Amino acid sequence: MADTMLNINNISKTFNPGTATAKLALDNLSLNVKSGDFITVIGANGAGKSTLFNAIAGTFITDTGSVLLDGKDITLMPEHKRAKKIGRLFQDPMKGTAPGMTVEENLALACGHGGWLSGVSADDKKLFREKIACLDMGLEDRMQSPMGLLSGGQRQAITLLMATINPPKLLLLDEHTAALDPATAEKVINLTKTIVSENNLTCLMITHNMQSALDLGTRTIMMDKGKIIFDTSGEERSKLTVSDLLVAFKNAAGTTLDNDRMLLD
Amino acid sequence: MSLKSDNKYLKTLGKISPILILLVVIILLHLFGVLSWNRDQAAIEVGLINSLVVLALFLSYTMLNICDLSTDGCYTLGVAVGGVMAASGHPYLAIPAALLAGALSGLVTAVLQTKMGVNSLLSGIIVNTGLYSVNIVIMGKSTINIFRNETIFSIVRRVFGEKARMGFENAFERMPKSPFVQYSALIVAGAFVIIVITFLSFFLRTKLGLAIHATGDNPEMVRSSSINPVMTIITGLCISGSMTALSGCLFIQYTNSADINVGGGMVTMALASLLIGGVFISEGSIAVRCLGAVLGTIIFRLIYAIALALKIDTNLLKLVYSLIVVIAISTPYFKKQLPMIKRRLKHRNGGEVRG
Repeated sequence: MADTMLNINNISKTFNPGTATAKLALDNLSLNVKSGDFITVIGANGAGKSTLFNAIAGTFITDTGSVLLDGKDITLMPEHKRAKKIGRLFQDPMKGTAPGMTVEENLALACGHGGWLSGVSADDKKLFREKIACLDMGLEDRMQSPMGLLSGGQRQAITLLMATINPPKLLLLDEHTAALDPATAEKVINLTKTIVSENNLTCLMITHNMQSALDLGTRTIMMDKGKIIFDTSGEERSKLTVSDLLVAFKNAAGTTLDNDRMLLD
Repeated sequence: MSLKSDNKYLKTLGKISPILILLVVIILLHLFGVLSWNRDQAAIEVGLINSLVVLALFLSYTMLNICDLSTDGCYTLGVAVGGVMAASGHPYLAIPAALLAGALSGLVTAVLQTKMGVNSLLSGIIVNTGLYSVNIVIMGKSTINIFRNETIFSIVRRVFGEKARMGFENAFERMPKSPFVQYSALIVAGAFVIIVITFLSFFLRTKLGLAIHATGDNPEMVRSSSINPVMTIITGLCISGSMTALSGCLFIQYTNSADINVGGGMVTMALASLLIGGVFISEGSIAVRCLGAVLGTIIFRLIYAIALALKIDTNLLKLVYSLIVVIAISTPYFKKQLPMIKRRLKHRNGGEVRG
């Protein structure tokens, strides 16, 4: 029996409240994520997908509602404390690694074996080499290269490794292959699949690739205007095609389009 | 003529040409009697003592990416604390006292920018300003003078002198001046520099050191990787504050007298020395880069000594100082720009347009 890993109850967030640029980014949103779920999140730009991730990760504190991770209330916990249990990848491959430090140093930082005042042990170095070799990108010979010299795809793959080297309770992937070329993107997606299944991680993934949204994972949700408007899993989901999703997508986005047209006429 | 730049020997020559030019100038000045070994030695000794500030900035500026403008005040704090401790008969205790004082200064600067919403440049300026008063209070007046007291340097000089004397118990009355006595200050300063470089080299390879480096390198990554940037900034600035104050403490024990403005321009000198060092040694292990920073400080001091030896009007000295800093910072920049400038000139003069 899979128990609930993530419990989001009625969270709301308004940016710049009380000013002309006020935006209701999350509107009374609730979501239950079971342990081992792999949820793909789709929606138009501005729907609130990244904002939802920011709320879960603690980049800001929500105005209302509560967030529970594996039974623990993290609603008011600061970002770096939550990061102990939540792994995160961003769209920008440069964001996840420190460019001035070597590959080995980055991994040592993510791994965190030993106390604050210990160096990188020989065992750790071996472990890092093995893990890097699994990426199959030839990077195991470049452990001492500064991260800034590696390509976006390589950096994103290493970021994924860093986020999962100590398996987190929750993995948040925010369009992590959007900035990569198709070949590298496929490599990183396959890597994602492998790592998530090997460690039985609970994962939420934002994607604009409709095919990936259906192929990957166990559940798909669609967001619009800060709410979840579509939530499908299991049998019903396996029957859906990309065009079904696109229709649902357009319906959600379409209502917005109609309003504009009405205003402009 | 592109083959010219491919020639390995010419490339290395290009890299070390600044040092060569400097060496040639120094040798010439010695020949003309403008410089002497005594002056050189003094410059190197002061250079080694001040290089601790440069190493502090290596931590706070190069690693943590914070421009800590409280350096001037923190250095003077070290002078004040070190001087007062030596004056009350505790030259050894002056060292841990200065380290603690510097750490407190760094702590305040860090807390201002991490917990009180003050911008990092402004934090340094605020602490620098506040320390001016604090230092006067510590010294009791605006100058400090410990000629009559024992300092670490005088103790070591005496010990070396006695050791030299011990070997000549049965010799004539006239005892040759032992080299150890002459170089005792150099040895003491050098020993401190080696200890600090060893510490930095060890510390920056620990998890905490890596976290500090990452905080300066990619602050966004740090927050989402469970490292607390507040903790790393506080630790980094405390340690660099300690090193700066240590430098001040050694300085007062070396020169035996200073006034409240002794720290003025210290951060400028340190940044310029860091950059000069970076021109010669820009990559390598932490220890190697630290040595580069020390080299940069000594070169800066030598250039300053040359300027002094040319008997420039003392009123213009601060202007000379600024000029040296500008040349130090812009030379590597122009060096990088040179190929592009050459190419533009060629193009304008109707030179070959390469495909």
